[in-house]
Amino acid sequence: MASIALQAGTLWWREIARFVRQRSRVTGAILQPLVFWLLLGAGLKASFRPSGMPEGMNYAQYFYPGVIVLVLLFTAIFATISTVEDRREGFLQGVLVAPVSRTTVVLGQALGGTTLALIQGIIFLLLAPFAGIHLDLAAIAVTTAMMAIIAFALTSIGLVIAWRIESTQGFHAIMNLILIPIWLLSGAFFPAEGAPVWLEWTMKLNPLTYGMTALRRGLYLAEPSSFCAYTHFKPAAAIAIVFAIAMFALASRVARRAAV
Amino acid sequence: MSSTSAADSIAARTDVRPAAVEAQSLGFRYGDRAALSDVSFTIGRGEIFGFLGPNGGGKTTLFRILSTLARPQSGSAAMLGHDLASDTIAVRRKLGVVFQHPSLDGKLTVAENLAHHGHLYGMRGGPLSDAITRALNRLGLASRAGDIVETLSGGLQRRVELAKALLHQPELLLLDEPSTGLDPAARRDFSNYLAHLREHEGVTVVLTTHYLEEAERCDRIAILDGGRLVAMAPPGELKSSVGGDVLVLHASAPDVLARKLMQRLKLKSQVVDGTLRIERPRAHEIVRDLVDGFGDEIESLSFGKPTLEDVFVHLTGHRFVIDPEPAAKK
Repeated sequence: MASIALQAGTLWWREIARFVRQRSRVTGAILQPLVFWLLLGAGLKASFRPSGMPEGMNYAQYFYPGVIVLVLLFTAIFATISTVEDRREGFLQGVLVAPVSRTTVVLGQALGGTTLALIQGIIFLLLAPFAGIHLDLAAIAVTTAMMAIIAFALTSIGLVIAWRIESTQGFHAIMNLILIPIWLLSGAFFPAEGAPVWLEWTMKLNPLTYGMTALRRGLYLAEPSSFCAYTHFKPAAAIAIVFAIAMFALASRVARRAAV
Repeated sequence: MSSTSAADSIAARTDVRPAAVEAQSLGFRYGDRAALSDVSFTIGRGEIFGFLGPNGGGKTTLFRILSTLARPQSGSAAMLGHDLASDTIAVRRKLGVVFQHPSLDGKLTVAENLAHHGHLYGMRGGPLSDAITRALNRLGLASRAGDIVETLSGGLQRRVELAKALLHQPELLLLDEPSTGLDPAARRDFSNYLAHLREHEGVTVVLTTHYLEEAERCDRIAILDGGRLVAMAPPGELKSSVGGDVLVLHASAPDVLARKLMQRLKLKSQVVDGTLRIERPRAHEIVRDLVDGFGDEIESLSFGKPTLEDVFVHLTGHRFVIDPEPAAKK
């Protein structure tokens, strides 16, 4: 047990150290969603009002938690790209001939990606007052916990793909095909309520929708009345946790079978 | 104390420990192509053992199996008494691996790379930092501990790879094409260091190579061709098996010349990739007859003691093709 913590810990530490030493990664992962939120949120605020959105809320406020998940998504993608590079460049070979189980390797990678995503999510959370969202300590705690769970799930999905794909180009293609639609249809962009029936059902079957909902509820903990239409926090959070664990189990299974 | 030394001396006389590597008819296929077929060998403790062969001969597959990255599809192998397939973690603790492609993290410092490696092997704290200092000192890297790896030269990076592989004091060191990318001087240093390791620490060294000079310095070599083991012996023994000397003739029409040599001088020769080879003891004695009788047809003639390349040709009937840049990409 102690050795698993040591092994996963050192793999985790390496992900962080690499990230900090590549300044462009830090800048890119923070600036991209920020620009996205400012431009889209501001532009759509006036003209775009999806049906099913709670009363008394402007679009920038609605979109804010969606952008948090986008921040987590970008970091998860970046973090798992490093796994593709580690495989291609040979670093991973050295890890895999060490007396370490592959599940431990995946755990270290997933926790590394989760930590990076979480740090950036928290930085982005500091902007909440500018979106007109007032956070108390309880809301910050619940939001942070939900961000960690969502980040762990997204990083694990990234790892499932990273352990099967040989090139970073292939990785990008698959990521765009899978992760961006999952995000778009999670209620980040527009609520499921009020969407056409087929779309509403697609969104309800999307596991990320529940993480998104729980995060949104955490963020607006102080004003629960405006969210009567949403799934309640507890079932949403429970589904998000089960989803994260399932994705990790899948990633570790893929890693155990992968040839390197 | 005295009982320990008595036990030691008994162990030294009759090494009862299991062999370093014991492989039984290993086989591995990629689809239809057999990368290894029925390969069996035993490597003793403290040996420097080389697998020599051209690219595509099966060396890489064998390396992947011995390093525990791939499982043999048929046959079995045990390393230091542990079965490779069922007791993998025990094998990995005692095994140090140096890959052909760098396995260091270029963004980390030399010391950070070693610490990361140590943690994976369950080392930590004081013992780990002592091991790092020792590994850096013995490879002359002490002043480089804080350097970011990607800023180091290729030769230095190679030494860091070796320091990393030795950090956890493995009983067996496995190296894939260790001299790739090294200049001849660095190659010699590296090889001397391996000999030193074996001499002073009893480490068994197993390597793959396509460099004949590197193979020459092994205690024993196994020649792999087309996935099969075609010979296994000390290099000297293999060379003397060729049968004396080797004459290599370049001729415009080697096949015609071969027939004439047979008809007129009863000389057996072999056409290999456009050259004519004659293997026989005291071959210098026939040079005069050859030049007198066929001077017009022979463009050049060389005489030599057999090399490992001659051994390879002798055993396989084709030349040992050396890819000029085998390390470029997988």
